Amino acid sequence: MAEQAQALNVSNEVAISIENMNKWYGTFHVLRDIDLTVYRGERIVIAGPSGSGKSTLIRCINALEEHQKGRIEVDGTVLSSDVKNIDKIRSEVGMCFQHFNLFPHLTILENCTLAPIWVRKTPKKEAEEIAMHFLEKVKIPDQADKYPGQLSGGQQQRVAIARSLCMRPRIMLFDEPTSALDPEMIKEVLDTMVELAEEGMTMLCVTHEMGFARQVANRVIFMDEGQIVEQNEPEEFFNNPQSPRTKLFLSQILGH
Amino acid sequence: MSDTHAASVPYVRDTMLPQNAPPSTAQGPVKWVRESLFSSIPYTILTLAALYVIYLILSGFLPWLLGGVWTTSNIRECREVLDGAQAGCFSVLTERWNQLLFGIAYPQDGYWRPTAAFVLLFVAVAPVLFGNLPRWLILFTVLYPFIAFWLIWGGSLFVPLSALLAALIGYVIYSRIVKKSFAGAFFAGLLAGGVAWVVFSFITPQLSGVLALEPVASRNMGGFMLNMILGVICVSLSLPLGILLALGRQSSLPIIKLICVVFIEFIRGVPLITLLFVANVVLAYFLPPGTNFDLILRVIIMITMFASAYIAEVIRGGLAALPRGQYEAADSLGLDYAQAMRLIILPQALKISIPGIVNVAVGLFKDTTLVSIISMFDLVGMIRGPILASTDWNGVYWELWGFAALLFFVVCYGISQYSQWLERQLQTDHH
Repeated sequence: MAEQAQALNVSNEVAISIENMNKWYGTFHVLRDIDLTVYRGERIVIAGPSGSGKSTLIRCINALEEHQKGRIEVDGTVLSSDVKNIDKIRSEVGMCFQHFNLFPHLTILENCTLAPIWVRKTPKKEAEEIAMHFLEKVKIPDQADKYPGQLSGGQQQRVAIARSLCMRPRIMLFDEPTSALDPEMIKEVLDTMVELAEEGMTMLCVTHEMGFARQVANRVIFMDEGQIVEQNEPEEFFNNPQSPRTKLFLSQILGH
Repeated sequence: MSDTHAASVPYVRDTMLPQNAPPSTAQGPVKWVRESLFSSIPYTILTLAALYVIYLILSGFLPWLLGGVWTTSNIRECREVLDGAQAGCFSVLTERWNQLLFGIAYPQDGYWRPTAAFVLLFVAVAPVLFGNLPRWLILFTVLYPFIAFWLIWGGSLFVPLSALLAALIGYVIYSRIVKKSFAGAFFAGLLAGGVAWVVFSFITPQLSGVLALEPVASRNMGGFMLNMILGVICVSLSLPLGILLALGRQSSLPIIKLICVVFIEFIRGVPLITLLFVANVVLAYFLPPGTNFDLILRVIIMITMFASAYIAEVIRGGLAALPRGQYEAADSLGLDYAQAMRLIILPQALKISIPGIVNVAVGLFKDTTLVSIISMFDLVGMIRGPILASTDWNGVYWELWGFAALLFFVVCYGISQYSQWLERQLQTDHH
């Protein structure tokens, strides 16, 4: 494993290890024999056609979806049905959703301070300082007293990123963070993510932004029919895909 | 400038247009009258017809209302004064005012007690209804049930005081344990409060004369006061119970879910009036002989169960209307179930459910008049029984029922207006 980490040019500390993980929706086999080791500091982009199980995969990591077979270990904690372990992992793993999922009845600032205050038991004052720090980082400190419904999609997604960061997570999961955005707003969200990556955050992104994958990722994973079909460094992945399924996918999304 | 641009296909705008006010013909009262009352010939005819109908109603009603008699002591005197004129005998209201409000049996020198409780009710609910009032006022809201009980039912102050103490003990136990386990704390608190209450109930009878108001038995409550007592208590109990039932129905624990589903479906499938008959008659067969289980308490339990089943279904609708993403976002931040519900899910679900909850509350308040059927003398019971049956006022229907309707309308319309104000307050999407 150490050689593998060295080959990927990151630290050899394991952040997430998934072994032989399987998941079914009823009788439908969504994820099949997933093996994946994520090292600390890695930026992984997961691509694939819709229905390939890529969102389900990252949602299993913070137990928003339950896996039925196999083993997931996040930051040294094994994911089981034990609620304490699940809550521990969730407070260490940040997540951004396609539809932002901000809390519409709370202001931007309250959205960001809620989890630190209630989960981390941070004093309110301190939580607000942390929140303002991260809102400045995503460049919207002046919107702190507004409600999510008053912000544009791009701003909302940046708030969602700030909200996750306020918990000081060691791993960030992104579930198609730019898919619901107007084209004009995609860049501002990607810029925030690039900045985050440059600071060494461990990131798993499900996205169709191949430009982002080339620029930021150190590994691209291609999934189809619930399996990992191919993974490689971005340069190799895009210029020299091996599997015919990958070739077809790339020709379809890059060929226009 | 514009014509040169319009003529050529390549086009670059060099100045942006400023915002302008709409033309004067598109605003103001004249425009409103023209557009909404007289916009076409059929509309004009409808407007005139409607005005004529309004005139007919008012020309009949206003003389009846304004020419009414307020000071006679029975219907014969009143008819003499009116001398054949078509006007109301409102003196039934003034003469029987206290009976309409407090019933027949409430001690006359104690009328100030329910009145004081009524006035204090507004102080008590204000901090709950209006979020911008100082927070310490909520302390009075906590004390209010005990004060109101003492004022209305009388007896020694030590009875409600010991109940308050028992509740406090329960709360302290609860808040000690709640960090470890919510359910454990809940039941431990309930148990501690109950034990304390039983212990105190051995002591309080010895203090029965101390700091006492003249005790009034539940069967002596009546008039609109009884409707208010039932309405206020049942609404405030059925809302939290309804929330618990709605959450229980969504629970992933099959036993809890089953209990809630069976309760809700059973209660909703039974008419309220049968539940009231059960409370009145049937329950006595199941209790050991000689137990005196307060009738008002029995009725309160039945109405609360009935209303909470409906509120549970309304809130379930609100919970279902929330996008799944809200649950997932709360989960992904590491909030536990109780926190996610209290901070994220319920505030939004309750906001969606406001119209439905108010609907149930208004319906419940009006349904309190059904107790007149199990021979309790609420406002309707008073009018149907002692007042209309008396030789003095036999035959004065319009004035009495109109008054009853007016009282209920004022309360229900107030609730409805408040709820609409609250909905506007809670609106966070478009400012």
